Amino acid sequence: MAKMNYRDAIRNTIFQEMQRDERVVVLGEDVVGGMGTAGGPEAIGGIWSTSTGFYEAFGPERVIDTPISESAIMGAAGGLALAGKRPVAEIMFADFIGVCMDQLWNQIAKFRYMFGGKSICPAVIRMPCGAGYNAAAQHSQMISQFVTNMPGIKVVMPATPEDACGLLRQAIRDDDPVVFLEHKFLYGMTGEVNEDPDFCVPFGHARLARAGEDVTIVASGMMVGYAETAADDLAQDGIGCDVIDLRTTSPLDEEAILDSVEVTGRLVIVDEAPPRCSLATDISALVANKAFASLKAPIEMVTPPHTPVPFARELEGAYLPSPVKVAAAVRKTLEYR
Amino acid sequence: MQLNREALTRAYRQMKLIREFEERLHEEIQTGEIAGFTHLYCGQEAVAVGVCEHLTPRDKIVSTHRGHGHCLAKGCDVTGMMKEIWGSQDGLCNGKAGSMHIADIDKGMLGANGIVGAGAPIAVGAAISNKIDGPDEDGKLAVSIAFSGDGACNQGTTFEAMNLAVVTKAPAIFVFENNHYSEHTGVDYAVGTNNDIASRAEAFGMKVWRANGVDFFSVYDCMREVLDYVRVPGNGPAAVEFDTERFFGHFEGDPQRYRGKGELDRLRAERDCIKIFRASVTGAKLLEDADLDAIDADALNAIETAVAESRKAPRPQPENVLDNVYISY
Repeated sequence: MAKMNYRDAIRNTIFQEMQRDERVVVLGEDVVGGMGTAGGPEAIGGIWSTSTGFYEAFGPERVIDTPISESAIMGAAGGLALAGKRPVAEIMFADFIGVCMDQLWNQIAKFRYMFGGKSICPAVIRMPCGAGYNAAAQHSQMISQFVTNMPGIKVVMPATPEDACGLLRQAIRDDDPVVFLEHKFLYGMTGEVNEDPDFCVPFGHARLARAGEDVTIVASGMMVGYAETAADDLAQDGIGCDVIDLRTTSPLDEEAILDSVEVTGRLVIVDEAPPRCSLATDISALVANKAFASLKAPIEMVTPPHTPVPFARELEGAYLPSPVKVAAAVRKTLEYR
Repeated sequence: MQLNREALTRAYRQMKLIREFEERLHEEIQTGEIAGFTHLYCGQEAVAVGVCEHLTPRDKIVSTHRGHGHCLAKGCDVTGMMKEIWGSQDGLCNGKAGSMHIADIDKGMLGANGIVGAGAPIAVGAAISNKIDGPDEDGKLAVSIAFSGDGACNQGTTFEAMNLAVVTKAPAIFVFENNHYSEHTGVDYAVGTNNDIASRAEAFGMKVWRANGVDFFSVYDCMREVLDYVRVPGNGPAAVEFDTERFFGHFEGDPQRYRGKGELDRLRAERDCIKIFRASVTGAKLLEDADLDAIDADALNAIETAVAESRKAPRPQPENVLDNVYISY
C-alpha cells in the first residue's frame, strides 16, 4: 500500500499500463501541453497533471496531443480501438461531451452491436467532471445520466484514490468501451492505494463504505464522501446507515442496493446530476419495482435543483448536495410514519 | 499505367458486382421484402473499385450511409452482405446492421455509417494506429481511407478530422465522392466553395488530387499517386476529390423531384462508369466483348445466388436482441 492522491493514482495507473502494454496510447487536448510553443513539450504536462512525464517516457507516437477538437478525439479513440490499440482519451471537461456526443453515443457505443459482435472497441474515455470549483454552467456538470443511458458503454465513477487506480486499470484492460468519470474535486483526496501492478477493481460490484441498519444511502463519485460524512454525523445520534458506493453506474450493482434496502426499508439516493431522468430516478424506480414491500418510507433523492450549475460561491453551494442535506434526508425518511 | 488482363478483369468484375447488387436491391426494395433505409451506390462504382483495388487487408476504410460499394470493393462477402440487408441472423453482422452499418473488421472495413460525416474521425484514429505500427519491410505505411460525400464535406467532424490528420501526420486519405447531391440538395447551393471540395482539404494543409470519378482509369491512376505519397512515413494525409454521379435517389423511395428533365437518362448514357470502362478496354483491345459479357453473367449469377440464399437464410430470434451489446457485463 502507498499513500497517494486521486490524481496521482490516475496518472500512475495509466503510466504503468503504458509500460505494460504498448497498445495503450493517450490522446487529448494538452495531454502533453506546450507543443508548438517556446516552452516546448511538457511545458504543462496535462492540465490535470494526470499525464505528466508521459511524453518524455513514451514519445509522440503514443502520447498524442490533439488540437481542440473533441469530436476528432472521440472518433480517433474509436478508430484506434477498432484498429487494435487501447486508447485512453481525455475530454478535458466532461461538459464538452456536447461537442462529441455522436462519436461516443452513435459510434463507439454501438460498433460491437451494429457489427454483430465482430469488433472490439477497448477505448477508455476519461472525463473530468463535477462541480465545486465555481467553474459555472459549462465546466461543472455531472453527466452520468447521459452516459449511463447508453447501451454499449460502461460507466465508472471512482470515489477514492484506491478505486481510481483499480477501476481505471480494469477500464484499460477491459475490452468494452468505458467512460471514466473522475471527479475534479477529488483530485487532491489522499488515501491508501494497493500497489500491486495487477490490482483491478471489477465492474458492477458496489463498495459498502459504511454499514448500518436504519437507512440505506446510495451515492457515487464525490457524493460518496458527502454520504460518509452524513453517516458519521448520524451515527453520533445512534442512527446507522449503509453507505453504498456504486463505483460503476453501468453495470449497476442492483443486488447491493436491494439487499440493503430489504434490511433498512429506507432509501436516500445522492446524485450530483440534475434531478430528472437521472441515476437517482433510475435507482428509485428499481427499488420501487423490486423491493416495494421492504420500503417503510418514501424514497428520498438528494440532488441539485432542475437548473444549470450557477457560478457564485453561495449559489453553487445552494445547488450542490451536501452532507447536511443528506443527513436531513435520512432523518426525513426516519420520521415518516 | 497499363493494367494486365487479370487486373482489368478483376476491376470490371468488382464494378459489375456492385452495379448488379444495387440494381437488384432497387427492384427488391419495391416489393417490400427488405426493411429499413437503403442508399444505393449505382453510378459511383469506379471510385470504390479504383480506390480499393490498390489496398491490402492492412489498409483500412471507413464508409458512409451509401456504403455497399465500398464494402464489396474492400472484399466483404457478397452473400453475407445480401443476407445482412435481408436482416438474417446469418448476415455479415447478424441482422444488427442492415444496409447502413455493414462492417468487416478482418477485411479492414471499419463500418458503413448512418451519420453523415461521422466516418472521418474514426478513419483518422485508424490512420494513427497505422502510423504507430510503422512501415512494412518495404518502408511503406498502411493507410486508412475516409470515404465522404459532398454532404459530409460540410460537417465539422470532417474538418476536425482533416486537421488532426495533418497535425499528427497520420497516413489518412480523405476520398470525397462529389456526386453533386447531399441528400436532396445541390452541391452548388450547399458547398460554399464553388463545387470544389479539394480546395478545402488543401486549406487544411494537405496535398490534394482531383480526378474523373466515372472513369475507372482516372480514379485508379490518381489513387496510385495518392497512395505512393501517403504511404511514405512522415508525409501525412492527402485528399482526393472524384467527380461522380448518383444514378438513384438519396434513399430508395426518394421521388427525386430535384432532378432536371432527362437528367438521369443523360447520366446513364454519358456518365456510366461501366459503359465507359467497356468502351475503353474494348477500344484498346485489352479485353473482348465476349470476356466482359461472361463477367456480366457471372455477376448476375452471384447476385441471384445471394438473393436466393438470403430468402431462405435463418431469421434472428427475439432473444438475439440482447446479443453483443457488451463483451462482458
